[in-house]
Amino acid sequence: MLRPSHFAAVLLFALFASTVFGITQRDTPPKMLRYGIYCFVLFAGSAIVLSWVMFLIAR
Amino acid sequence: MGTAPNKTTATGQTAQQGFVYLPLIAGWLVPGAGHFLVGKWGRGALLAVSIIAMFALGLAMDGKVYTGAQDILDLLGLVGDLGNGLMFFVSRAMGLGGDPVMFTTADYGTKFIVVAGLLNVISAVDAHNLRTGRKS
Repeated sequence: MLRPSHFAAVLLFALFASTVFGITQRDTPPKMLRYGIYCFVLFAGSAIVLSWVMFLIAR
Repeated sequence: MGTAPNKTTATGQTAQQGFVYLPLIAGWLVPGAGHFLVGKWGRGALLAVSIIAMFALGLAMDGKVYTGAQDILDLLGLVGDLGNGLMFFVSRAMGLGGDPVMFTTADYGTKFIVVAGLLNVISAVDAHNLRTGRKS
């Protein structure tokens, strides 16, 4: 039974989804890598930003 | 809408032989298999690892595998889960993912399983595009 933290779950989700997006949405390996990193940063970054927004709203 | 740049022979048949939907179907049934069939071993391996790991982590987090459609959300979840191909049917046969969701991370697990199915569909369509020549 696996109980990752919320942030670990976000990072795992971002890693796997970005890998698939990178490979399927671009034609060449360098573009795939760049797009995969871009998607990962957007996934993880948006989760961090939204977390801070919710934290500040809740205060 | 662009057309596939396949070379055609004088008889109008595509230059590539075989069943054109085979990578699509194989890619749906087994993650990455469609890419293996078109000779993209590295891409196929990365896709297989990503999708299978996401599905396995979803199950390990006590995620739920949808078995029926009681309402519209269940129906959407079932459609997403069906994208996992053989992994869905094997997990159903083994009785995995049948426990009710009790923890927040278990709900995350349910979403991991659904998203793994959706990513697998994207992967299978990509394999089909490679087979038809729409993508190189």
